[in-house]
Amino acid sequence: MDMKDYEKKSLLRFTTTGSVDDGKSTLIGRLLYETNCIFEDQYAAVEKTSQQRGNERVDLSLLLDGLAAEREQGITIDVAYRYFTTEKRKFIIADTPGHEQYTRNMVTGASNSELAIILIDARHGVLTQSKRHGFLISLLQIPHLVVAVNKMDLVDYSEEAFNKIVAEYREFSRKLDIHDISFIPVSALEGDNVTTRSANMPWYNGHTLLHLLENVHVDADKNYVDFRFPVQYVQRPNLDFRGFAGTITSGTIRVGEQVAALPSGRTSRIKSIVTFDGELEEAAAGQAVTLTLEDEIDVSRGDMLVRKGNLPHVGNEFDATLCWMDERAMDRRGHYIIKHTTQKAKAFISDINYKIDVNTLHRQEADTFQLNEIGRVAIRTSQPLFFDNYQRNHGTGSFILIDPVTNHTVAAGMIRGKMRTVDEVAPQQPVPGTRSSNVKWEEGLIGRADWEKRNGHKGAVLWFTGLSGSGKSTVARKVVGTLFEQGCQVAVLDGDNVRHGLCGDLEFSDRDRSENIRRVGETSKLFFEQGNITVCTFISPFQGDRDFVRGIIPEGHFFEVHVKCDIEVCKRRDPKGLYKKALSGEIPNFTGISSPYEEPAHPEVVVETDLEDVDTLVQKVMTALKDRGII
Amino acid sequence: MTHLKQLEQESIHVMREVVAEFKNPVMLYSVGKDSSVMVRLAQKAFHPGKFPFPLMHIDTGYKFPEMYEFRDSFVQDIGARLIVERNEPAIAQGAHPSVLGNDKCCQQLKTKALLDHLAKHGFDAAFGGARRDEEKSRAKERFFSVRDEFGQWDPKNQRPELWNLYNANIDERESVRIFPLSNWTELDVWQYIKMENIPIVPLYYAQPRKVVELNGIIIPCDYTDVVDPQGKLGFGEDAIEEVDCRFRSLGCIPCTGAVRSSARTIDDILAEVIEARRSERENRIIDLTSDSSMEQKKREGYF
Ligand SMILES: Nc1nc2c(ncn2[C@@H]2O[C@H](COP(=O)(O)OP(=O)(O)O)[C@@H](O)[C@H]2O)c(=O)[nH]1
Repeated sequence: MDMKDYEKKSLLRFTTTGSVDDGKSTLIGRLLYETNCIFEDQYAAVEKTSQQRGNERVDLSLLLDGLAAEREQGITIDVAYRYFTTEKRKFIIADTPGHEQYTRNMVTGASNSELAIILIDARHGVLTQSKRHGFLISLLQIPHLVVAVNKMDLVDYSEEAFNKIVAEYREFSRKLDIHDISFIPVSALEGDNVTTRSANMPWYNGHTLLHLLENVHVDADKNYVDFRFPVQYVQRPNLDFRGFAGTITSGTIRVGEQVAALPSGRTSRIKSIVTFDGELEEAAAGQAVTLTLEDEIDVSRGDMLVRKGNLPHVGNEFDATLCWMDERAMDRRGHYIIKHTTQKAKAFISDINYKIDVNTLHRQEADTFQLNEIGRVAIRTSQPLFFDNYQRNHGTGSFILIDPVTNHTVAAGMIRGKMRTVDEVAPQQPVPGTRSSNVKWEEGLIGRADWEKRNGHKGAVLWFTGLSGSGKSTVARKVVGTLFEQGCQVAVLDGDNVRHGLCGDLEFSDRDRSENIRRVGETSKLFFEQGNITVCTFISPFQGDRDFVRGIIPEGHFFEVHVKCDIEVCKRRDPKGLYKKALSGEIPNFTGISSPYEEPAHPEVVVETDLEDVDTLVQKVMTALKDRGII
Repeated sequence: MTHLKQLEQESIHVMREVVAEFKNPVMLYSVGKDSSVMVRLAQKAFHPGKFPFPLMHIDTGYKFPEMYEFRDSFVQDIGARLIVERNEPAIAQGAHPSVLGNDKCCQQLKTKALLDHLAKHGFDAAFGGARRDEEKSRAKERFFSVRDEFGQWDPKNQRPELWNLYNANIDERESVRIFPLSNWTELDVWQYIKMENIPIVPLYYAQPRKVVELNGIIIPCDYTDVVDPQGKLGFGEDAIEEVDCRFRSLGCIPCTGAVRSSARTIDDILAEVIEARRSERENRIIDLTSDSSMEQKKREGYF
């Protein structure tokens, strides 16, 4: 093989998981063996052990045995790292065991992985564990999932058996936020479809596992948009040089670009991007560099350099999904130390919203978390952190908690978003002199307060935004029905009814989309001023347009409802066949395909239609209306 | 980014994290190829600053002369501070594998020397060049590996490591071993040495050497008396032959055998590593004693 090719190789980090005896060790052993990454002496040792144990063939799973203790017990107890390489790629496997400690180990192994392989024993089908693993993978937002249906040799290589598992797992995965799933029928023991196409399964037209691992496209998963540079270390070798060393978490940066330092907010320009191998003009996510600035501004470890027009959240309260990893249960009386990017602070768990039963995905009330438990919490820190949602940015959305007494790493967290304060969510009192219910439109007209009094509820604008097929109309229709049943005065505006009349002259260019929303916004305001709970369902992809509507409705009366759903799920639903047309290019400027969708930064309500059923979501909206005193 | 670039960036990130979070780090320098790579990564991490921590060589007195020579000139070239430490009492008493056995000798000259001198200098973090692919028990090693006050490793009680967030919190008496090359393989190391043109001890290159062969292990004649000071093994004159050979990994003379090879350049070595059918530590006599010998050593505090 050509040496030069080796120097152009890329890297893929993946994790493997499965229940005990699904054949995970055998599969990894086979990958290592068939890519020639096992040495003769290692192989000889395994051969010897296999013979001693009376196995008739060499047990490749023995190659993976790690520590003495577990070798005696014959199980793996911790994440182990394995390496193999082909001409195209180097692979780092985080091999995580599937038994009791699975959550902690899986989360650890998954945290740095770009792809996950879940093993399913073809004889047993989709078990609870397989779903649990899928849930964790979705939680950790690993972009690619491969379901390897193993031991096909034991089900006579049956296409039917395979298809049944595929159908069942696909159905289950609709509830998850997983973007790319592949299914491969394999026999780790016999080698079918691992590195070579199986002659036993002519009905399978897909790729082998190795082919998929070598070709899966991972670069597109990185965030090259939001420049975030947590300062790791300040270089001050002499009085003339002051550089900020760190790894670019996301985004790109060029010499001459303006940056702002957090928390000071001071701005400057990038003077140089310094590396041992010479200065760079531009650097991107993943690169460890040293940045110097045009101006002397005070920056130290834990600070963050960002672009002025693209800021992370800055705050000391946020909501997070937390996975507890310590033998000792969470203790809310004291504090923990949070490590987030290059910052450390004291952290208090201010609230536990719920924990999730990883088997049923049901939410349960909880007042503490035990080892391996996962749930949603609110965290308050002693200093402000600079963060993004984990979903958008793994680097600035992840953190660990450290016990200040034992020094153990006790939890891993993924930030869901900024925590809302009571002031923000409480209904606002009308402020004299500004737009308020006291201001009458025209002499003699009935004002909103009068309508509201008669209706027995406040006026509001419920703005449902989300991708096509995300379920906006389904949820909205049910909300309207529920409100109607409760005797509320409701008005409905939706894409279909205004596009035919009021906005019949508009197309789908960015400008026309904005104009569409402006008209609808103004209309909703008229309804609102007449005491209606106005329900609007529009894709409304641009934050700026939605903010316009928010701006013309008094605070506390506008509800941005983000109807969230994985685009893959939307595509699958495709109720009007629009994605199909968009993908074939028939419809230009289609949101999510050929035109962007800007997720709401601070929606009042988020409903995830791929995770929960409609009734739960409707309740969520109703609760929000009640909490803010609308109904 | 290529795989090597990604590995490099990861190692640099780890090194910077250590220097920012610990009070008194040191780099354990073993003179081998992995140490050479580690030094280059540190240069990159702290450029244009100077080398931010000392190098410490735990010398057993049994290293190859070429290694001492290389060490002194290499360290001078990069402008780092070198600390050389040895277990003098044990060396004075003639510690040798033939007297103590391999394990005991290692325990005295390496493990004890290392622990004593880490404590003496008050180092709270020590970089080591070990890689996870080297040996089974290392596959579960962390980047930041916490050791108790006796330098011991407890494989059952390790901290989970997530994302690139490393937990550097330790008690007064504890210390941490840092393995920035955790995710590198032997092949990665050689490719990087080639790509970066990193100097290495010439013993890694093949040349014709007069050797004797004992139980399949090749020992250069020049050193038979170091390997076998009491003449117990009876290396006879007649057994001597001249073969092309090199060292795949470098350790103490009594415990390191050569391998037959004609790899005279870095490209030759690369080709050999790619085709290699035997693991690099096979010629390290220290690993062969028992199936879990390395794990035992690690528990005691050796790396
Ligand atoms: N027939 C058959 N047996 C397999 C296959 N893969 C693994 N096994 C066997 O299943 C058992 C468990 O495999 P192992 O790899 O240790 O499972 P792990 O616990 O998931 O690592 C062993 O006896 C394997 O030989 C397969 O594809 N076909």
